[in-house]
Amino acid sequence: MKFKLAVFASAATLALSAHAVTELQWWHSMTGANGDRVNAMAEGFNKSQSNYKVTPVYKGSYDESMTAAIAAFRAGKAPNIVQVFEVGTATMMGAKGAIVPVYELMKNAGEKFDPSAYVGAVAGYYTDSKGNMLSFPFNSSTPVFYINKDAYKKAGLDPEKAPTTWKEFAVAAEKLKAAGQSCVYTTGWPSWVHVENFSAWHNLPIGTLENGIAGLGTEFKVNSPTHVAHLETLVDFSKKGLFTYAGRRNEAEAKFFSGECAMLTSSSAAQGNIRKNAKFAFSVNFLPYHDSVKGAPQNSIIGGASLWVLSGRPASENKGVAQFFNFLSSAELQSQWHKDSGYVPITNAAADLTKASGYYEQNPGTDVAVKQLNFKTPTANSKGLRFGNFVQGRTVIEEEMESALAGKKTAKQAMDDAVKRGNEILRKFEATNKGS
Amino acid sequence: MEKRVVFRSSWLPYLLVAPQLIITVVFFFWPAGQALFYAFQRQDAFGMNVTFAGLENFEYLLNDSAYLDSFKTTAIFSLLVASGGIAIALLLAVMADRVVKGALAYKTLLIWPYAVAAAVAGVLWGFLFAPSIGIVTFVLKQFDINWNWVLHGDQAMLLVVIASIWKQISYNFLFFLAGLQSIPRSLIEAAALDGAGPVKRFWTIVFPLLSPTTFFLLVVNIVYAFFDTFGVIDATTGGGPASSTQILVYKVFVDGVKSADLGGSSAQSAILMLIVIALTVVQFRFVERKVNY
Repeated sequence: MKFKLAVFASAATLALSAHAVTELQWWHSMTGANGDRVNAMAEGFNKSQSNYKVTPVYKGSYDESMTAAIAAFRAGKAPNIVQVFEVGTATMMGAKGAIVPVYELMKNAGEKFDPSAYVGAVAGYYTDSKGNMLSFPFNSSTPVFYINKDAYKKAGLDPEKAPTTWKEFAVAAEKLKAAGQSCVYTTGWPSWVHVENFSAWHNLPIGTLENGIAGLGTEFKVNSPTHVAHLETLVDFSKKGLFTYAGRRNEAEAKFFSGECAMLTSSSAAQGNIRKNAKFAFSVNFLPYHDSVKGAPQNSIIGGASLWVLSGRPASENKGVAQFFNFLSSAELQSQWHKDSGYVPITNAAADLTKASGYYEQNPGTDVAVKQLNFKTPTANSKGLRFGNFVQGRTVIEEEMESALAGKKTAKQAMDDAVKRGNEILRKFEATNKGS
Repeated sequence: MEKRVVFRSSWLPYLLVAPQLIITVVFFFWPAGQALFYAFQRQDAFGMNVTFAGLENFEYLLNDSAYLDSFKTTAIFSLLVASGGIAIALLLAVMADRVVKGALAYKTLLIWPYAVAAAVAGVLWGFLFAPSIGIVTFVLKQFDINWNWVLHGDQAMLLVVIASIWKQISYNFLFFLAGLQSIPRSLIEAAALDGAGPVKRFWTIVFPLLSPTTFFLLVVNIVYAFFDTFGVIDATTGGGPASSTQILVYKVFVDGVKSADLGGSSAQSAILMLIVIALTVVQFRFVERKVNY
């Protein structure tokens, strides 16, 4: 099969080389099934017309491909398109001159482009303060709450009723532990789930100036009493053996689908993997919230990545990129991408199409992420975040959370230090990017 | 009479050393110079926005508690790796030196780990000690030890120290073995005839005679711990948890490559350069004198 494809591909290349085909480089970080989908998208585009050929290149994890693209740009060999994860957004936005904003790209190429076609929670993330969309949304997810229904049954809990608040959560956790569950609860992406999304879900600011979207002068606000209390809850769970810390990325997901841990908070995009590996029944649910916080739950925010167009390429190539983006915008393609990957649909049309196809009824749980993202109209606290050098900023938050969980600092001290260290990073970014 | 070869031509010697010089300049001096240059700049990731920052990057570093902690981490880490690696290798070398039968097999097995790449060594030990699936973790659980280095910094440190030592033992072992074999048998036999037991013979004769080797290995091991353990750390802890295994060179990587903060990262490289220069000078100047050659 692979061989056949290769032969076909090279035959296609030969056939096309009769025309002057412009090659477009697309650097991405999609692996496994999602990587195959990316290749299929490019192939679909290449077959649909004969002027351009999009070549997808896997460039390693998100931070690796971003680093590679930056290095390539500095060396004058930038790819046309690079997939950048959401924490890199502010860095890309700050790099005026290094990128071609998508709205401009589409306008110059005369391609149709309607920012309002995108789901609000997604579009807001990649739109500047003037309302212009700077990058092309591609894959978005949000953290959700998974439970092992078999473990619930074993512990005498109702498997159809997942805890909705952290209070209920604690009760269920105690019961699971009493029933001999070795690992009760774990989480992927600790900062993304327990600080960033926690803030949005409880309508609390992560930082001033609308979480940084309104300006470079933003400051972190994650040491509020509610934030500290939540971390204290986690520390307390950890001490009682109700919470097992698994690491800063998605290590926790394997602990869940292997059956070791009975509950998990992690990306909605983990669903495919869990479905493939779990030998038990599970359900996907909203994130738990603290009912003591007024207005909670609000809505969650996205993670994932968008496609950025780098500058320094000839206008003819940019025209091809615009055409490719137009191709990617089709509702059918987006809906398929959503179903295959577990990422949320990013256009309203794709969301409607998926719903109309009856997919959600056949696959319960797949719509939880979308519903949670749109639970209420986003506020200034819950439409997204934009912090400079947030790769570093998030690391700082995670380091401080780890200090608290390991008992080296109190929760209050840890979050205070996270804010202090995080703000230093923000000031540095502000100084570098001022006036740009 | 000293024998000297003199080139008559004035340009030939320069031509002959030119390839080496070019390689040194292009691959060592140029990047090092660039790092020094960047250390005084403020620049964004893409290099679109470059301004002169003076000593700001250094000032920021010296006020950054995370950076100062990294110094402490590096000191503890390199001390443990160097002392542990040397002690274990010495023990193994002394043992292997006494083996009569199958010595070659022993030696080959002990040298083996040196052929393993640092990253692979890291992954290997990472697997053994993996918090949920590791064999060692499983065994420790039987003894009621809660092993989770993803959360506990001292356990993470222990893990990278073990992996780094394991990787370096072969190298130390080889040098110790060679050193042991160059000690004249007659000396040891004479001491034995005088009634000195194996332990006494070791401490009064063998160990002092090995001191040049030990000193050399000390330098090499500390440099190894400072720089070459990058692969081990990157493949296991990634500097975590809570930066408890973030040694200086790893922090340079994290800040410069992962976080695209070239100014801050370059300033760290500049400081690291100074440390290495100082370390080398101190060791060769002062420690060397006390060594019994």
